[in-house]
Amino acid sequence: MNDEQLTVLQRMIKGKWIGKGFLALLALAIIWWVGGKAIQSPSLFFQQIINGIQLGFVYALIALGYTMVYGIVRLINFAHGDVFMFGAFVSFFAVSLFQLHLWPVQTFPSLPPLIGIVIGTLSVIALSMVSCAILAMTIERIAYKPLRDAPRISALITAIGVSFFLEYFGALPFVFTPNFITYKRPFEIVTWYVKDGIHRLEAGAEAPPGSVIFSNVLIIIILVSILLLVGLNYVVRRTKIGKAMRATAYDKPTSRLMGINVDGVISTTFAIGASLAGAAGVLYATAYPQVVFWMGIIPGLKAFVAAVLGGIGSIPGAFVGALIMGQAEVISAGYISTPMRDAVAFTILILVLLIRPTGIFGEPEREKA
Amino acid sequence: MKIDRQTLGFWIVLLGLIILVQVLVSLGILSPFWETLLKIGAVMSIVSLGLNLIYGFNGQFSLGQWGFYAIGAYAAADVTYRWTQMKNASGLMILLLVVLLVGVALYLVARLVSRLRGLDPLSAFALYIIGVLIAAYIGVQLGSLLINPVTQALSALPPNLSLQIVYLLAVLLGGFLAAEVSYLFGLPVLTLGSDYFGIATLGFTIIVKVLLDNSDTLLGFEEMKGARGMVGIPKVTSWLWVALFLVLVIIMLRNLLHSSHGRAIISVREDEIAAKAMGIDVGQQKTFAFVLGSFLAGLAGGLYAHINGFLHPNTFNFIKSFDPMIIVVFGGLGSISGTIMAAFTWALVLEGFLRILLPAGFETWRFVVYPLFLLVMMLLRPQGLFGGFEFPYLRQVLPKPYTPKTQEQLSLVHAVEEAPEGD
Repeated sequence: MNDEQLTVLQRMIKGKWIGKGFLALLALAIIWWVGGKAIQSPSLFFQQIINGIQLGFVYALIALGYTMVYGIVRLINFAHGDVFMFGAFVSFFAVSLFQLHLWPVQTFPSLPPLIGIVIGTLSVIALSMVSCAILAMTIERIAYKPLRDAPRISALITAIGVSFFLEYFGALPFVFTPNFITYKRPFEIVTWYVKDGIHRLEAGAEAPPGSVIFSNVLIIIILVSILLLVGLNYVVRRTKIGKAMRATAYDKPTSRLMGINVDGVISTTFAIGASLAGAAGVLYATAYPQVVFWMGIIPGLKAFVAAVLGGIGSIPGAFVGALIMGQAEVISAGYISTPMRDAVAFTILILVLLIRPTGIFGEPEREKA
Repeated sequence: MKIDRQTLGFWIVLLGLIILVQVLVSLGILSPFWETLLKIGAVMSIVSLGLNLIYGFNGQFSLGQWGFYAIGAYAAADVTYRWTQMKNASGLMILLLVVLLVGVALYLVARLVSRLRGLDPLSAFALYIIGVLIAAYIGVQLGSLLINPVTQALSALPPNLSLQIVYLLAVLLGGFLAAEVSYLFGLPVLTLGSDYFGIATLGFTIIVKVLLDNSDTLLGFEEMKGARGMVGIPKVTSWLWVALFLVLVIIMLRNLLHSSHGRAIISVREDEIAAKAMGIDVGQQKTFAFVLGSFLAGLAGGLYAHINGFLHPNTFNFIKSFDPMIIVVFGGLGSISGTIMAAFTWALVLEGFLRILLPAGFETWRFVVYPLFLLVMMLLRPQGLFGGFEFPYLRQVLPKPYTPKTQEQLSLVHAVEEAPEGD
């Protein structure tokens, strides 16, 4: 058919203009809304962006665990959020009960205090990572491995069961108790504000109006996350175990034929994902200093949404999705209302899935053995 | 009509159990606590049967059942609340006309979309949204006009009768509203791959819960009271009402699944490509199963709202949306009998027996025991309690193999069997 013969309606249908116009209207409304707020008060807007980055990096660490496990065993590991909670509690006990963060200062009094604090904080994070890795490997060994060949729904129900167990076992009075517990940071918080240059904010002082505040929590979160992400990238891309992981994700039976220890690789994947979640737990608890047994549910879910948004199974996708999620959550909490942020997060997810059904970086779905 | 002996037995046992419970309740032997648990068991059966239709029979991994349950519950509760507390039929008439007109709009837009060849799904969805918004607006305006005459007409009836009528209509309308929302939501989402579909529906449940948290400010329903919880709903749901609905749902599902339509639904689960090759419209079957399952969820929601007379958004938290999924898997995917047994077991054991049997101070252990039980169950019996087993009446009756009776028929069969193959 010639293009001249088409009516206006037919041309609209052929060019998918109705749907495009619908989306454009929606995007315009959002930009209008957020842009108007940003012009009204630029400092508040930048403050939100900074908070969003802080949250986004934490989500990225959790999302990586979801995405790696899903890529390899096609299991939505609902217990991952509770592993994150476990990591936060381990660091809480390490800091409050055993004062682990003070060991460099106590053993080497001649050390400069800054280096002592950095090493102490890093050792707390490392302890959380190791304990989370052990927990995840135990879970994998007990609950998921026997179900490797069962229908996928059995593994999913098991994952939900493990998640319930970790939560409610944690809520028992002699374990973590069902109450909110104030978290003690392993380092002193230092705050700066940005207005005509960077100034240090003294404790208890008010920042001048129109300034953007950030603290060393933000710096630590960004540095630790980037360190871990670079490390993960190195492991996945450059080492033998990373190659084995990619091979297993691609085709399990063939990798077994190639002499890869598939069970070992799956176990390692769980351990790596969980250790990232453990680090995220410590960072989250330092940023929002409270721990409670159900604290893993919502961040876990958000991170999972981030992983899906970026294309589940894709590592850069999880990172990008998490940053988007962090921004969306903070902006909707700041400008619409705090409880609405969950709804906004999921509305974004559904909209993205409408346009790209397998997420931003996702490959088209294909059947896996 | 000849009735099978086993079918007769099934009905006698089922109706006998329902009447027995009612007699025990009337005599006061069964305490209100247990009566409520039985009602919740029946309500959960209906929700889970809906999910079993979507997931067990049609193979769509949906976590949105709880969201539709919430929609049905709040819609029905709002109708009866306005009738009893505000003494007018405003909720009933507006909901009735909105549901009616949105249904008409959906039908008309569907006709229009099928005419417009080559329309991409997103544009079609935009058309649906526009149609539904216009229909809902007109529905609200028309419904407001009809409030006064209907209120007067209903007030002329005895108060108890009019309440029962409003309640019945409210429950049904809640179900239809949930079905319409699910149709609209399913349009874009049902085309996603299985896990993405599950996540999108989980997102739906969370969005509904957040909207209910802000129902008084954002949605403008003062009486729903947002996160404080809705009180003052009449407690109309009796055991006989839930039992009646449960029986109707069982009959409907059984007849549906034993028809050619039901076999088409099941074939989509077994193999989509093969089903397509057999001439089955896969998209249509998926939409049908999803909408019908959500209708059942909305219906159950309406029943649930009138059990305790109290609704709180936390009841519709997404964590609880795993409950129907657990019940369905526990009872056995694709088994009606298993789902019902599992739902009653779940309600009675988790809320009833465990509360009583566990020693004082150990109530918190309930949810430690429950996941452990789930784990053991999944490890030992992954196909669920009943597997594919069904009670006699619910079992699919396959045609009996042909048995020749007379000598003449026998020789015919032999002739057919001995005929040379290949021509």
